[in-house]
Order: sequence, then C-alpha cells, then structure tokens
Amino acid sequence: MKPLEGKTAVVTGAAQGIGRAICLRLAEDGANIAGVDVAQDVLEETGAMVREKGVQFLGLQADVSRFDQMREAVAKVAQTFESIDIMVNNAGITRDNFLIRMSEEEWDRVLAINLKGVFNGIKAVARTMTKQRSGRIVNIASVVGMTGNVGQANYSASKAGVIGLTKTAAKELAKRNVTVNAVAPGFIVTPMTDHLSEEAREAALSSIPVGCFGQSEDVAAVVAFLARTDAAYVTGEVIRVDGGMAM
Amino acid sequence: MSDEIRDKVVGLVAERMGVEPEQITEATHFVNDLQSDSLDMAELVIDLEEGFDLTISDEDAQKIETVGQAIEYIKQSQQQSQ
Repeated sequence: MKPLEGKTAVVTGAAQGIGRAICLRLAEDGANIAGVDVAQDVLEETGAMVREKGVQFLGLQADVSRFDQMREAVAKVAQTFESIDIMVNNAGITRDNFLIRMSEEEWDRVLAINLKGVFNGIKAVARTMTKQRSGRIVNIASVVGMTGNVGQANYSASKAGVIGLTKTAAKELAKRNVTVNAVAPGFIVTPMTDHLSEEAREAALSSIPVGCFGQSEDVAAVVAFLARTDAAYVTGEVIRVDGGMAM
Repeated sequence: MSDEIRDKVVGLVAERMGVEPEQITEATHFVNDLQSDSLDMAELVIDLEEGFDLTISDEDAQKIETVGQAIEYIKQSQQQSQ
C-alpha cells in the first residue's frame, strides 16, 4: 500500500514550480489532490498530470490572501473528499527590489500572499483537522527567511514570518494530533528563479556546498515525508532543502 | 423551546469533551469538571457559534465557565435578536 493511500491533500500554488512537483509527488504516494491557484488554465495542466498517477484531482481557483476564498475552496474539498488530511501552504510570489526602492505595494502584496496566505490556509483547515484529531500541515518557507537576502526585504520577512507562524501553530494544534512543519528551500530551479541573471546564478552556485541547484522534486520529497502518518513526532520543525547553502 | 437549547448545548459539550450527555448538568464546570483547557474552550465557543448561528466575543466567552452559563448566554442573545 502506498504511504498516502486514501488521504486527501490540499496544495496551494499548485499550478507550477514547487507546488506542481508537490502535487505530483503526493499523488504518486497515493493521495487525492485538491490544487488551489489563481491561474486556472495552468492549474488544469497540473490536474491532468496528477490524474495520470491514478488519483483524483480537484482544481480550485482561489487567492490565498483572501480568507473568504480559501474558506470556500476548503469547503469544496471537504464536500468532494471524505477528509482533509494534508495541507501544503506553498503559494508564494517575489517582488524583489532594494529596500530603499521597495514600494509599499511591493511589500504589502508579498506579505499578503506569502504570510497571510499561510495563516488563511492553516485557519481554513484547522477546524476540520482538530475535529478529525489528525492532520499534517506543511508550510513552504525559504532559507532567506533565516539568512536574509539582498533585494528581498519583503520576501525574506514573509518567509521568516512563516517560520514563526509554523511554530505557534505547531504548539497550538499538537494536542489534536495535527503536526505543523516548514520546509525551507534554497536555490530551486523554478519559474520563480528563471529570471535571474547569469551573474546571480554563478554567485548562488558558489555558495552551495553540494555544487548544484535543487529541483522541485527535492522539496516535494521532504514534504511527502512530513505528510506521512509515521512523521507524527516531528512538529514545529524547519527542514532546509538547500544543498547545505544556509548551514 | 428552552429545553431544545439546553439539549443542544449539552450535546455539543458532550461531543467536544468526549463525555456522555447524562454526565452533564447545568452546574458542570468546564475546567473543574471536564478538565477542558484553553484550546478546548476556544473550540467549544466555535461549536456554539456555529450551532446557534451567533457570534460570541472573546470577552463574553471568557465569562462562560459552566454549562448553565453557556445555556443562559445563548438564550439571552437569541432573545435580543428577536
């Protein structure tokens, strides 16, 4: 039997990049997938790939920064599937700029999606999971939430926030057998990192001990572990998936 | 009418705290008798809000210590909304 057979996983930011890889990995492990994203057409591509793994896929268009939309999306998941066992808060954006040039809009938008979006995601599933007396919540943070990064005041602050939020949620929900952990990717090859200059890539590469960039599947593998029933004694943890970059 | 509210509150408390409805009276104290912690209380308040379609402020919620007080609170807020 597959490790996540019969489980239901909600993944935000499911249309592309790390989110898509997480959907595919959890599907491979047997979970039915509810994918949340604002980009409906790209989300359907993920859906088709998930269904090829022999599990069900429910695509939901929602903006994670809007609690009403997240609550509605999660209600649809609960109607479609029997339970909500796994919540992966992955949706995130970057709006990089030097701090002295960063606009209020760039700050607010990144915080709204990357940090409030995680709060909304946790809140939307918390009642279901505490009632079930079981659940796995995995939040996608970033190593820059631990180290800081030039040009990413908003992004690094949002990801540091995700880490604090993860630990508080872990403490609050622990007695209900709901674990909450964070995965902190380093430099992962995705559409989000495609736009970087060759110079920036070279600089990044020289700081990674294992000597190569990570793949979305590297992150998905750790998420899949944290989603398993037998990861019950791991909670409030932040696992770096960064080739040793931030140690 | 009143008994309906009472029975529903008792039912919600019993389900939330994992006890039999028969074990619950209006004098039952959430902390002293049912060993509920702050998270139990937070969840119970949401159960009551959803069960009776009302909003309970944090300030009001803190005053509810017994099952009887919960029943009384819901009766009063339903009278006010009529």
